[in-house]
Amino acid sequence: MAKSQISMTVNGKKVEELVEPRTLLVHFLREQLHLTGPHIGCETSHCGACTVDLDGKSVKSCTMFAVQANGTDIRTIEGMAAADGTLHALQDAFREMHGLQCGFCTPGMIVRAYRLLQENKNPTEEEIRFGISGNLCRCTGYQNIVKAIQYAAAKLSGAPFQEAAE
Amino acid sequence: MIPASFAYHRPSSIKEAVTLLGSLGDDVRTIAGGHSLIPMMKLRLASPAHLIDLAGIADLKGIREDGEDVIIGAMTTQHEVIASDFLAKKIPILSETSIVIADPQVRYVGTIGGNVANGDPGNDMPAVMMCLNATYHAVGESGERRISAREFYQGAYVTALKPGEIVTAIRVPVPAAGHGHAYEKLKRKVGDYATAAAAVVLTASGGKVASCSIGLTNVAETPLWAEEASKIVIGSALDAATVKKAITAAEAITSPASDGRGPAAYRTKMAGVMLTRALDRAKARAGF
Repeated sequence: MAKSQISMTVNGKKVEELVEPRTLLVHFLREQLHLTGPHIGCETSHCGACTVDLDGKSVKSCTMFAVQANGTDIRTIEGMAAADGTLHALQDAFREMHGLQCGFCTPGMIVRAYRLLQENKNPTEEEIRFGISGNLCRCTGYQNIVKAIQYAAAKLSGAPFQEAAE
Repeated sequence: MIPASFAYHRPSSIKEAVTLLGSLGDDVRTIAGGHSLIPMMKLRLASPAHLIDLAGIADLKGIREDGEDVIIGAMTTQHEVIASDFLAKKIPILSETSIVIADPQVRYVGTIGGNVANGDPGNDMPAVMMCLNATYHAVGESGERRISAREFYQGAYVTALKPGEIVTAIRVPVPAAGHGHAYEKLKRKVGDYATAAAAVVLTASGGKVASCSIGLTNVAETPLWAEEASKIVIGSALDAATVKKAITAAEAITSPASDGRGPAAYRTKMAGVMLTRALDRAKARAGF
């Protein structure tokens, strides 16, 4: 099948590539752009490990063809830290609050939490849990993930941090 | 999980899309949000030779008023339905339904048009559209026709849509101001299809139900409009005896499959339970 030319912005950089129409966005990011942060977990749109931020939306990159993302602006976990390596508040919060165990779900969790906090700067615990309901953590470390997102939200808005009830 | 090869087309107008649909042969599918189709393609349960992406068509987007109706573009996402203050005010059952569909990521991409046109009995919007007496605008090469949601669903994945036609918009008559509504969905977990779900829109006058319409999700090969059950509650004060009669009538039209969500008899019972709760909540919201 003939390849299609696509161009998009990924983590602030313009990219132009040839892809087969059937290439899924997650495969394109991992195998052609070598951005292996978006993980392939369930491959059935359930687990959210492949979540990327695309034109201001959290998207499961295993359920979109790369050609559909032509012309979009994408951010993956690799684009979260500052150019000098300073971690994003969410990355720092996941470290501080032990928001990861095996780490497999973490890129998707952080990228999803990033969009959640863009839309709701001061979410309640319930709103966080609802907001990350498309991301599964098979270590079941949700308590600390929620705590990390609360911590990052507080840090980003300059409010005092209030821990989720145990 | 790599889909079979296909040729990708991205028209920028409805006319162009319909012309493509008419010229590419039988092995062609349109793709909206793709969150039903792409998983099917990954499993090779679908392997179209051509894929027509509707995302580049501006005329398929947006929510607007047209007289007594609201017209929702087919490519409006569930996220946009939830975010619409206008819909929340005029037809609040739509956002109440969207928010129990799938998960946040899927709702950013999944569309209302895909949800109604796919014909999957597990989709939530079809029963709600039957409940609201919505109409689908279908455009083919010979022009536009309008199909009532109540006549659209013929079997699992079988609809009144003809080959070569695209659902471009959904026309929903705005329920009377002060109406009560509810969508009650029982599901095993976030992202699951309903074990059973019920949609209710009703109006009240003088402490009695003046009008009522009921839809049921995922308890038959198609979504169901529970006409008989709706008629039973009209004129009543939704007293226990009347509600019981209506539930019996609603349960009688279900024919769910026994599957991972439970045996058929359980799912029928759960349809009744969801309807009881939906009637309760709609009643409270209608203020009686």
